[in-house]
Amino acid sequence: MGILDKHVVLEKNATLLMVGSLLVVAVGGIVEIAPLFYLENTIEDVEGMRPYSPLELEGRMVYVREGCYVCHSQMIRPMRDEVERYGHYSLAAESQYDHPFQWGSKRTGPDLARVGGRYSDEWHVDHLKDPQSVVPESVMPKYAFLANRLIEPTYIEDLMKANQIVGVPYTDEQMENAAADWLAQADPDSDYDGLLARYPKAQVRNFDGAPGVSEMDALIAYMQMLGTLVDFSTFTPDPSR
Amino acid sequence: MSKKPVQKKEPETTGHEWDGIQEFNNPLPRWWVWVFYLTIIWGVWYSIAYPAWPLIKGATAGYLGYSTRAEVAAEIDRFAAMNGELEAQLASVELNTLEPGTDLHNYAIQSGRATFATFCSQCHGSGAAGNIGYPNLLDNDWLWGGTLEEIQYTLRHGIRSEDDDDTRYSEMPVFGDDYLSDEEIDQVTAYVMSLSPVTKPDADMSLVADGETVFADNCTACHMEDGTGDRSQGAPNLTDAIWLYGDTREEITQIIATGPFGVMPAWSGKLTDSQINAVSAYVHQLGGGE
Repeated sequence: MGILDKHVVLEKNATLLMVGSLLVVAVGGIVEIAPLFYLENTIEDVEGMRPYSPLELEGRMVYVREGCYVCHSQMIRPMRDEVERYGHYSLAAESQYDHPFQWGSKRTGPDLARVGGRYSDEWHVDHLKDPQSVVPESVMPKYAFLANRLIEPTYIEDLMKANQIVGVPYTDEQMENAAADWLAQADPDSDYDGLLARYPKAQVRNFDGAPGVSEMDALIAYMQMLGTLVDFSTFTPDPSR
Repeated sequence: MSKKPVQKKEPETTGHEWDGIQEFNNPLPRWWVWVFYLTIIWGVWYSIAYPAWPLIKGATAGYLGYSTRAEVAAEIDRFAAMNGELEAQLASVELNTLEPGTDLHNYAIQSGRATFATFCSQCHGSGAAGNIGYPNLLDNDWLWGGTLEEIQYTLRHGIRSEDDDDTRYSEMPVFGDDYLSDEEIDQVTAYVMSLSPVTKPDADMSLVADGETVFADNCTACHMEDGTGDRSQGAPNLTDAIWLYGDTREEITQIIATGPFGVMPAWSGKLTDSQINAVSAYVHQLGGGE
């Protein structure tokens, strides 16, 4: 029986054909995906990256909940025009603590991977409350309600625990101080030295300028740190990637 | 017209038959088979030419040595080389010596316009006309100075920017907290409104006189006795028709009570020297440059 005749067996048995197809697709998947888990150059070691501070993580949840990723990507592609507009192209390491990552491929709005520090907090407040008040041509919806939703760090430790389970290396010290750090980052009058030691480059401000910690505070804390951790003046890209 | 009799060998069938319909067992078209073989050859060639096979530590680099990073770096270098001479001149030029009509000036304005659109238009507007809280750059009114050097300094170090030690800094007190009573704020609001040609002071002009005293006691250190402001402190001129935070009574009362704290990011480090110079030149020639 030639190989072509044997093929007939596969073609005439639906279950066998399905199992066979699955095997073929699985090989493709394994060859493409599995090496990424062990190859040393999948995620290059980049100085400055750290897990999100509790407040930034909270803001990230607001970002995900509101579906910001539907219109905003967070990945600057390695192309000249993108680099000129948004800054250095994104590195894998910069989203290594993102679960799930926010790369996206739909840009109704601009890429936000390096939006941190580009605008003032006031601008973010004005813009989130009424985007058209500062950018008349914008089609972004209004998110004014975020400023009215005051939040407490009740579940922040659980949230960090969940991130820890999927691989974010939060230390015991960071876990113990989760709620305190969460509060300290939105209060410039607090004692935030511990926060800065645990999360270097964390920005401590009353982000929305209003009393209490609102979802607006958390979201702006997150946005203002996006892309600010890696110092690209000292970073040399490894050309082999 | 009669049909030609079909003189063909009876084709081989798979032996399947449904209601008299039989399934042929024809071979695939030759062109299809050849395209199929070619894709296999293409696949092998591709995996040799381009990065492909995962090994123990890294993946094969590919015979052509292609790398996305190298490509984007080369592309950026190519553009840098095209503009290199002008960019280098622009980075080190004394802005005052930039002569309109020269290539360098043209380049600075065009490049400044593009940079402004990318980084500055979100606050100052795509036409630089500003917004409530974000200064209009087209007019003659400057908070911190409108000469080329002053604009350049503002761009480099920002205003009340947290991450720059040389930033332009001043802070209007939050008078509503404990400095002034509501009554005094109303009075000084009326006085401030009386200074400007466009605002309509309260019908109750009696407040203006009291407001002048409140103003003299609290505001003159920055806004000067005549209300014309002080650029070294970024204190706006209150006697002109231009109101950054609005010219209604409510808006002015609100600003006195809560204290504005407008922040502009420091751009040195984010933009190159030549970009900062280009934006300085661009903003300066928009209409209000001094």
